[in-house]
Amino acid sequence: METYYNKADLASFGDIGKDAPELAGKFFDYYGAVFAEGALTEREKALIALAVAHAVQCPYCIDSYTTACLEKGSNLEEMTEALHVVTAIRGGASLVHGIQMRKIAEKLSL
Amino acid sequence: MNTCDFKKELERHNLQLTRAETTALQVNIGLACDLACRHCHLEAGPARTEMMDEETVSAVIQCARRLPFNTIDITGGAPELLPFLPHMIESLAPLAPHLIVRTNLVSLARPESKLLPELYRHHKVIISASLPATNASQTESQRGSGVWATSLSMLKELNRIGYGVEGSGLQLDLISNPAGAFLPAGQAQTERRYRQDLQRRHGIVFTNLYTFANVPLGRFRAWLEQSGNLDSYLKKLSGSFNSCTVAGLMCRSQISVDWNGFLYDCDFNLAAGLHHGERRIHISELKQLPACGTAVPVGDHCYACTAGSGFT
Repeated sequence: METYYNKADLASFGDIGKDAPELAGKFFDYYGAVFAEGALTEREKALIALAVAHAVQCPYCIDSYTTACLEKGSNLEEMTEALHVVTAIRGGASLVHGIQMRKIAEKLSL
Repeated sequence: MNTCDFKKELERHNLQLTRAETTALQVNIGLACDLACRHCHLEAGPARTEMMDEETVSAVIQCARRLPFNTIDITGGAPELLPFLPHMIESLAPLAPHLIVRTNLVSLARPESKLLPELYRHHKVIISASLPATNASQTESQRGSGVWATSLSMLKELNRIGYGVEGSGLQLDLISNPAGAFLPAGQAQTERRYRQDLQRRHGIVFTNLYTFANVPLGRFRAWLEQSGNLDSYLKKLSGSFNSCTVAGLMCRSQISVDWNGFLYDCDFNLAAGLHHGERRIHISELKQLPACGTAVPVGDHCYACTAGSGFT
């Protein structure tokens, strides 16, 4: 069945540079530098990326960073905990806006 | 992908896979094992009965007496299941500077193996133990239920008699293979993590950790096929080909002997049935070390040893 998301398309990501090579070059250089070992290990960075991939709901990123996490030595327990961190922040971000709701409602109400 | 692909890969890089100076003898004592690990390239397990007989054990020892090996490496199956193992250890230990015995840890924890750790300690045998992960779920998904607790308990016992303890001179190395169709993490970072996790959570120490890719042969290949991972895994391996690994591949400096006494360039070629010198040569016929420059037969499984940092 044809879908908008095709797993094989990920391998063509580089094609995005065809009509804007300089910008793509800068992006991919930056991307590579970000994921290199630094103050954080490559494993820790892959776990962050996996969590963010779920927050932005990118199937390509979920595929890539599930594999990357396993290949960097993480296990399913750690990967699942990372998802709960992003879920807590995402849910918390909604819930904390309830304060706005309350303030507005209190102002409008008798 | 077929056998020729790896040959073509070497040709593309203007490389040849030929033997260098032989420094190591690897002895595969057979396929009997008390575990049936899902990544096993030999399909070893409790139902297998192939084991080295006394005559072949004797031929191996005689070979080690007449030829100079720097390392002798005993593997299987589970070496602990071989009744002649203590005799092999006592005979081979004086013949090479380094004698390695591989273990799945569970076989070493059997009551029948009770005397082996002390025998290893006495002869300063290097213990090379499989531990794919620092958590129970990945370890047991690869090696079977109950393996995690037994492995930890055996590692603690080996630590207790000095193995892996700095300054003891008793080497305890860990071997980690990924628990699935993905490549291993970098060795240095994985070793750091193992040291931290095993010491902090379990008080276990070790000497070195080695990470290796799973080889697409035997039970692991069957799982790759059944799970629909074979093509993508082979592509991943071939896509990670690193020409720099070829010079240091173990098949160049090691000769492997199977439980029947026949020779191969490595344990993976043994599993694939690719004989050293492309013919059946018995270890009793090995009067001198294999000639440098002899071609090493290859197959698509060879990509597992040349992926990333390689398998040396």
